[in-house]
Amino acid sequence: MIKIEKLHKSYPIGKDSLHVLKGIDLHIKEGEFVSIMGSSGSGKSTLLNIVGLLDVHDEGNYFLNGQLIKNMNEKKAALLRNKFLGFIFQSFNLISYKTALENVALPLYYKGISRKERLKTALDYLEKVGLKDWANHLPNELSGGQKQRVAIARALVTKPKVVLADEPTGALDSTTTDSVMDLLKDINNEGMTVFVITHEEEVAEQTKRVVRLKDGLIISDEITAVGKSKAV
Amino acid sequence: MKFLFDSDSWQEIYGSIRKNKIRTGITIIGVLWGIFLLVVLLGAARGMENGFNKIFGDFATNSVFVWTQATDTPFKGFQKGRTFRLTMNDIDVLKTEYADEIKLLAPRNQRNNLVIKDFKSGDFKVSGDYPILDQIQKKPLLYGRFLNENDISSSAKVTVISEEMYKQLFDKGEFPIGEYLKINSISYKVVGVYKRSSNVDIDGDTAYIPFTTFRKVYNTSDKVDWMMITANEGTNIEQMEKDILLTLKGLHKVHPDDERAFGSVNLGKEIGKVTGFLTGLQFLTWFVGIATLIAGVFAIGNILLITVKERTKEIGIRRALGATPKSIRQQIILESVFLTTIAGMIGIIFGSLVLFLIDTAFGQGEDAALINPTVDIPVIMIAFGTLVFLGTLIGLIPAHMATVVKPIEALREE
Repeated sequence: MIKIEKLHKSYPIGKDSLHVLKGIDLHIKEGEFVSIMGSSGSGKSTLLNIVGLLDVHDEGNYFLNGQLIKNMNEKKAALLRNKFLGFIFQSFNLISYKTALENVALPLYYKGISRKERLKTALDYLEKVGLKDWANHLPNELSGGQKQRVAIARALVTKPKVVLADEPTGALDSTTTDSVMDLLKDINNEGMTVFVITHEEEVAEQTKRVVRLKDGLIISDEITAVGKSKAV
Repeated sequence: MKFLFDSDSWQEIYGSIRKNKIRTGITIIGVLWGIFLLVVLLGAARGMENGFNKIFGDFATNSVFVWTQATDTPFKGFQKGRTFRLTMNDIDVLKTEYADEIKLLAPRNQRNNLVIKDFKSGDFKVSGDYPILDQIQKKPLLYGRFLNENDISSSAKVTVISEEMYKQLFDKGEFPIGEYLKINSISYKVVGVYKRSSNVDIDGDTAYIPFTTFRKVYNTSDKVDWMMITANEGTNIEQMEKDILLTLKGLHKVHPDDERAFGSVNLGKEIGKVTGFLTGLQFLTWFVGIATLIAGVFAIGNILLITVKERTKEIGIRRALGATPKSIRQQIILESVFLTTIAGMIGIIFGSLVLFLIDTAFGQGEDAALINPTVDIPVIMIAFGTLVFLGTLIGLIPAHMATVVKPIEALREE
């Protein structure tokens, strides 16, 4: 599903440049539940942004669903994002003046689906995350956990191949963290590839594979206890 | 184009407008004010123009008046300061020589006289005229008729008097037609009563009698005090005025360069001065109106730009969810065009309303300062079209700004 070979990325800082990713090799197959761990500055967010086509890499190869990502213009990137990827952010990134339902329906709008069908699908997904009764509430009327569940529904609504979550539980307390992680597990059990970035061990433990990053390099890549038990 | 008729595009715009009521309001007011000013200024200018036109309306605007004064140059043995009179011969010569140019030529003789009716009397002007006077300066009649050719050929002792004279000389409710007035011991039958023009009026309260009658009664033989000339359509009136004066100078042995011997007024030229002023006024109106409009459009662009900055994060989110740069651009431009259109329409409506109020307040009655303050629909359509075009153009700037930012940078924005 995701294949990365010798990926390099650096950011210019004034005259110097900051080498963030120093040759990453990573292969994630369809249906995997992977977490990337690392301290801040390890390059994990950069990796996710490149995987999510929100940023471009400097060197190396990146294959998404078998397609080589190279010289991508914004239009193509937008279409691929819409088709293959679903995003979950730490700060939820809901649009404040749109109701929960409208937020969930937004990716379908860019997919060109009719309004009626859009709202129907969106409502189904809100029901799936247990927020059907909150469909017509604005984000600021929802709790943090609820917001993140709306964001998850929004990420899922286009039936993406890969769900990318950047610190999905970073702004949540432990109870809501568990409910969000349960949701991600359910998604994975339905066969979707889930790619989580986190610095919390408890979160990483619940995934099936943990990749640890340090200073722009992978230092370990192992199957967790959960992953082993599922594999058996 | 499909994008325009997609209810979702409008849904998105409605959403972002509802969220930013104040900025939307201020933006709309900016453009609204511009087009409002344009409509009101253009309408007021038109009203003034109509007012001026009405003032000159009773006169044929292609009129030239000619009279004699005293020479200022000695010529052919005559000393300077010589006075002389126009004659009927001059009239005949002009009529034949300028048959193509001259439409109407009215020689006139006038005196001031006591006009008596029974025991009432008043001092008025008595004017010997031809019926064509009515064509040069319209005499709206309250009773009876104006002078006619029969009166001229038979030198009838008839007169047409003004409404003022009628009120002064007759008892209230007395029917004037067929009654007799005494002017200079001679009785005239009243055949008509006219209403004086409230605007430009060179005769005042005058008793009009046939030119031929005047000639006999006042023994003017073939002398003429002055004349009114109107030109045919398409004639260069200034040139005609010059030519006529030159011909007259020849007839009266006046030096060709004599500036003072003949007095003349070219009404067209006088009106031209006023219309020149009006043209200037209209230019100023357009200038002010369009400048205000442009300022309004820039206000929209400015506010959209601020909005884009404000909404960088939102745009980032949308792009992460699969919005193409094109769809972002379309939305911002559509928003800009929508705002300018709405503002423009409200501006036109308010402007028309104010013009209507001006019309009811100042545009009615005889002495109205502004008459029919209106604007042409095509003019407004052009202004409106320009507005929408500028709205699109100005919308391009923030739309471009919105799409140059990389989505990841937009998302990082807090």
